[in-house]
Amino acid sequence: MSRRAQPLRLGPGPVVRTVIWVVLGAFFLIPLFSMLEFTLRTAKPGVYSFDRWAAVFGGETTRYDRVYQGLGNSLVLAVVTVAIVLLVLLPTIVLVELRFPKLRRLLEGVCLLPIMIPAIVMVVGLAPTYAVVTSVFGSGAWTLAFAYGITVLPYAYRAIQSNVAAVDMTTLSEAARSLGARWGIVFWRVLVPNLRRGILAASALSVAVVLGEFTIASLLSRVNLQTSLLLVSQSDPFVAVIFALLALVFAFVLLFVVDRAVSARRRVAKGS
Amino acid sequence: MSALETAPRLGSTVALEGLVRDFGGGAGLAGFSLAAEPGEFIALLGPSGCGKTTALRSLAGLERVDSGRILIDGRDVTDEPTNRRDLGMVFQSYSLFPHLTSGQNVEFGLRMRKVPAAERRRRALETLELVGLHHHADRYAHQLSGGQQQRVALARALVTEPRVLLLDEPLSALDAKVRVQLREEIRRLQTELGITTFFVTHDQEEALAVADRVAVMRAGAIEQIGSPEELYHRPATAFVAEFVGLTNRVPGTVSGGVLAVLGQTVPLAAPAADGPVTAYLRPEDVLLAGDGIPAEVLTTSFLGALRRTRVRLADGSELAVQHGARDLPVPGEHVRLALSGTPVTVAPEA
Repeated sequence: MSRRAQPLRLGPGPVVRTVIWVVLGAFFLIPLFSMLEFTLRTAKPGVYSFDRWAAVFGGETTRYDRVYQGLGNSLVLAVVTVAIVLLVLLPTIVLVELRFPKLRRLLEGVCLLPIMIPAIVMVVGLAPTYAVVTSVFGSGAWTLAFAYGITVLPYAYRAIQSNVAAVDMTTLSEAARSLGARWGIVFWRVLVPNLRRGILAASALSVAVVLGEFTIASLLSRVNLQTSLLLVSQSDPFVAVIFALLALVFAFVLLFVVDRAVSARRRVAKGS
Repeated sequence: MSALETAPRLGSTVALEGLVRDFGGGAGLAGFSLAAEPGEFIALLGPSGCGKTTALRSLAGLERVDSGRILIDGRDVTDEPTNRRDLGMVFQSYSLFPHLTSGQNVEFGLRMRKVPAAERRRRALETLELVGLHHHADRYAHQLSGGQQQRVALARALVTEPRVLLLDEPLSALDAKVRVQLREEIRRLQTELGITTFFVTHDQEEALAVADRVAVMRAGAIEQIGSPEELYHRPATAFVAEFVGLTNRVPGTVSGGVLAVLGQTVPLAAPAADGPVTAYLRPEDVLLAGDGIPAEVLTTSFLGALRRTRVRLADGSELAVQHGARDLPVPGEHVRLALSGTPVTVAPEA
């Protein structure tokens, strides 16, 4: 009796894959569970309680207002930073790709530069710049977004560029132009829908970076989530860990949701 | 019957006058001029880097020209952007918008012209029906084969009833059988709709098969333009003779308006000065005959209804001979050759 030929499968088998999943899962989840366990501790060893969580979210005390202020600032910063990425970086990448392909390397170099410059060094350069920023835009925490727009560049650029490389933007835009589309329509109706995956990934990464940023905010004397957590942690380490845990879970869920949304869209497109 | 099928003839006159485009390294245009009549199907044929795609892209407005004029229906559109030229274009690479279905792709041009949704849908389906894909209106590009994608791209280019249809090597990514089917379909639709069409290709067989006129290009300009028959039988230059169809280069002598070659005299395709020349002989104009010059068979290939045989003459030069498939020369066999007497193109010996 002949056997049906099995397709050649590369990569690890199911056992190895399970082991990899477990190890990686433990790597990410053990710190999170440790943080959770820490926040649930009481004065008595082995006894746990949600009292601290209730106190933080119960609204009965003003002790945590500074953290909420920091959280609010960070969320505003995240939105403004994503806006900067989408309004400045995305059109620039598209423009370079379509009209100035010779500048691709230069743009890549400029965008990757911030990852090589330590935040502390960047702040030395940013400090005098922010004297001007403050005189023009005031000293609101949201102005940090101008600096964050630079710090997220490497992540956002890579996310968008990997999508751009997978799409023949030149032919798509030329096809749209030949059908009567103006440049604005080419961008919004043809290019953006096909760069959705990169745009979502860039946005999610930018949010994650902004929520975790400390150095620039601290050295430029602005309040964001991380600086406020540091401040609170000096009097109440438990609440600092609660917010740090929530920020991590939020970033994790955000990336997960974006990934699922993109995958689901891809599945619908392929399955229909 | 669809709206497009009952539409009046859509062809426009197109004139490209002295187009110059210098890229500083080939593939540009060097005084390219061409005039197309309404409804004419013109193929731009030439080797890589001859400027054929640049000429098409200039007509589309996708490439600017350094000088020269582009007129459609007598109106100068040289400085008009692509989206205002009212053209349909099919590209070499697959160009369907991946996030839209076939139907939505075809509707795109109508949407840009603000056609109401119901009419848009109806016209898109009618045009997809023209290319035999109305049942695939809800499919995305990745759910279609290469040939189907190019058919949808053709429907998308035609649905707006453009003044000129531009085809930039639309068949080159397809396999041989689909390529032949689709080129015949393109020709059928073009004839039915009467759209003035420019078709860029490097495949001479494709150009000769579909076009009313073929423009053979070289170094950014047209070397010769004419019907496929003219180009094949009366090539104006050595370049055209060699590029279009298979050709044997044989030394000969022109004297008194006739050519002496391979021991025979034959008429000239175009007048030439007396003296030594290179004659360009088509394989089908060299016959296996009982009383001609002697040659030895080297190889022979079966081509269906025909057979092509390579022979070596006494002086060591080689010739390709095309003959009926029923003649079966054997390698090593001694045969004799004669010329059919068809007028021959010559070039002065270098």
